Parts: sequence; structure tokens; C-alpha cells
Amino acid sequence: MIAIVDYGVGNLFSLTASLQKLGAPSVVTDDPETLAAADRIILPGVGAFGDAMKKLKQSGLDETVWALANTGKPLLGICLGMQLLFEVGTENGREPGLGLLPGEIRPLREILPPGYKIPHMGWNALTKHGESRLLQNVRQGAHVYFVHSYYAAAKERDVTATAEYGAPVTATVERGCVFGCQFHPEKSGPVGLAILKAFNETEAIL
Amino acid sequence: MLTKRIIPCLDVRDGRVVKGVRFADLADVASPAGLAAYYSSAGADELVFYDITASAEGRRLFTEALRETASQVFIPLTVGGGVNGLADFDRLLKSGADKVSVNTGAIADPTLISRAADRYGSQCVVLSADVKLVDGAYHVFAKGGRVDTGMEAIEWLRQGERAGAGEVVVNSIDTDGVKGGFDLPLLKKVCEALTIPVVASADAGLAASVFHFGTVSIAELKREMRACGIPVRTEE
Repeated sequence: MIAIVDYGVGNLFSLTASLQKLGAPSVVTDDPETLAAADRIILPGVGAFGDAMKKLKQSGLDETVWALANTGKPLLGICLGMQLLFEVGTENGREPGLGLLPGEIRPLREILPPGYKIPHMGWNALTKHGESRLLQNVRQGAHVYFVHSYYAAAKERDVTATAEYGAPVTATVERGCVFGCQFHPEKSGPVGLAILKAFNETEAIL
Repeated sequence: MLTKRIIPCLDVRDGRVVKGVRFADLADVASPAGLAAYYSSAGADELVFYDITASAEGRRLFTEALRETASQVFIPLTVGGGVNGLADFDRLLKSGADKVSVNTGAIADPTLISRAADRYGSQCVVLSADVKLVDGAYHVFAKGGRVDTGMEAIEWLRQGERAGAGEVVVNSIDTDGVKGGFDLPLLKKVCEALTIPVVASADAGLAASVFHFGTVSIAELKREMRACGIPVRTEE
């Protein structure tokens, strides 16, 4: 069972539908016990970093997710959900994230050359770096669908794929059982489904 | 590098696709979900559904068709037609739309763009405009291209961008329905004036004759684009 963290952020229609398509049972929940009982957790999200963290904190879900990730339960952050995995957001001043991965979330405009539109929106190709459990069935150069204005300034060793948009932009991250996609796998056609399928087959590393 | 997107656009009335495409291997050409799946596997990068129904019952059928489509097709879906308020945004986004396109609704109440962008994010808000050359100036037309608003098109789109639209769709009435292609001078002006993505629409003219009658497949179109050095999403 995959538990999708419900904290009132974003549209979960396509995510739940794509998991259903894969035959992966899922539940949308804000209940700590259901999250603890799940085999894997997905942290979705769109919108602003600070608002999302505030909502997670109000319900205590920030600590639940942090603690469960530290037990080795596979956790996948999608889009803003991936950004929340990091230590610090910078949308409205410096705001702490979940701190499961080292690094901060920075505005794309800091690294993009002039003329590049923000948000980075549309289909872009993945450049894979090294081994990745999440991307094991995804070929080099496969396209996925992005919509974002901030990026993860992550440690190089945690970045398993980038997308070229005037600069290399962090596309996927992976450390142990903590996974993240900046793009939307649930909107990325067969490639996205392959990524969700791989996540559904990840095992805890204890 | 971001790829150029090829986006088939389907008119839906009472939950069924109007002017359905005649593909030999597609049984029900009027099924939104069936046609969407077909286009998705054929290499479409996104899909647009326009609800051209006026009745409440038609609206309900459209929403049902949208839910069915979004449960089976995992590429971005934009929907429009009859979007006049936040309640429409809410209904469509909850039924699986990723973006909602406003046209006449935004002309009637321009604050709809900013209110929707504030609530759902700019990435959800598409401003679509029907544009026609009138006495040497580009005018915005409302109500499906029937009513000249007198508003200057570039300024209207710029205003939409400032209000928080994440993307604009420019439908040139002058080229609509003829196979002459897109109105390039108009599109050039729009692209120069805006920083958000611009989608060129010629649904009845170019795309219909291209895709609906199978003159050119999306795959062929993309091969040609790639040969011209235009980045496109490759078949996976």
C-alpha cells in the first residue's frame, strides 16, 4: 500500500489515477497510523514552500513523515513535495524544510541565462547520472513534464538526473530510501508510469 | 532543452467529441477518453478539451468525460469552454484537468484571471483569445469569435500575463478554417510582448485537416520538426 500524504496541497486526481492504472493500491491520508502502516509514502504538492511546510506542521505530519523516512520506509516527494525534502526553502525568506536531504531550494532565475522563461514548463529530457533505483527502467534522454520556478541546489551525489534548461536543473534525487522528482511523473506518460512503478517496487533499506 | 509541444484540441458537446476523427483502428471516434488515449499514444504532448455545451446537463456529461479521460491518460489536460468563475475552475481541476482555459469569462470579468491564479497557481490558468484583424489592428473577439470587443489583442494578452495567466493560446480567426496555416505576424508580436509560453492555435484550420483527416500524423510532424532543428519529445 502506498500512502499519499494529504495536507490540503495540490490536486491528487492524476496521481491516484496513475497508481490505480499500475495496479498499485494507494490511500490519500493525513492519519499518522495509516502512514506508518503503509509500505511506501508519497509526498505530493504544488504551490509555495512556506505555505506547504506550515500546513504539514499544523497537523504534525512533518514529524511523522520525517520519522518514517528515517526508519527506511521509501518516500517519494513530487514537485513541491520533492523540494520539501530539503533543509531550506527560500521563497519568502529562509524557511526550514523537512531536512531529509542536504541542500536548499533556490529560484530558477538565479541560474538561468536571460531569455529563459519561468516557470520551466513543459517536456524536457532527463540526463541520468549514476545508479538510480527510481530511474532503472527509464532510458537516457527520456522526456518528462515539468512545471516549477524553483530548483533544488542539492549535493551532486544525491542528484540522479538533471534537465538542461540553460543550466542543468535537478530533476530527480535519491539517497537511500528518500526519492524525489521535480517533474510530475503522473503527467509524464509512459515514462512517468515507469518511474511510479519502480517506486512501487522499492524495498526499505534497513 | 524544452521541447515544442503538439497539442490536439477536441470540441466536446454533451460529453461527446464533435467532428470526430476517422481513424481506421479507433472504434468510437466520439469518445473523449478513447480519442485522448489514441492521441496520447500517437505522441501528443498535451490535450485540450473545449466544452461547447450550453446546458447544465451537457456540463455534467463533460465533467464525467473529463474524469474518465484523466483516469486513463497521463499527459497534461487543459480544459475550457464556459469558464466564468472560480466554481468552474474548482469543478474542472477536481475532475482531473491540469489547466483551465478562460476566454469570454475573462473578458466579462478580468479579475477572474488573478483570482484563479491566486487560488490555484498561475500554472493552472490559461488565457485563450480569439483574434481578428480589424482595420489594421488586432482585436479580441468574445463569444466564440462572434463579438468584437474592440480591445487591442496584444494589450489584452499582456494584461492577462500581468494578472497571473501562466500561458496564452492565440487563435487567429483570420486563418481559422483555411489551410494557410498560422498567422505568423500576429504570433511574432505576441511572443515578443509576453514572457509566458504562447500556444498557437488553428484548431479548425490546420490541426483539423492535419490530424483529423490523417493527412499528417503527429509522428510525421515531429520528424519534420526535428529535421528542421526544432526540439520535440521523442517517442518513448
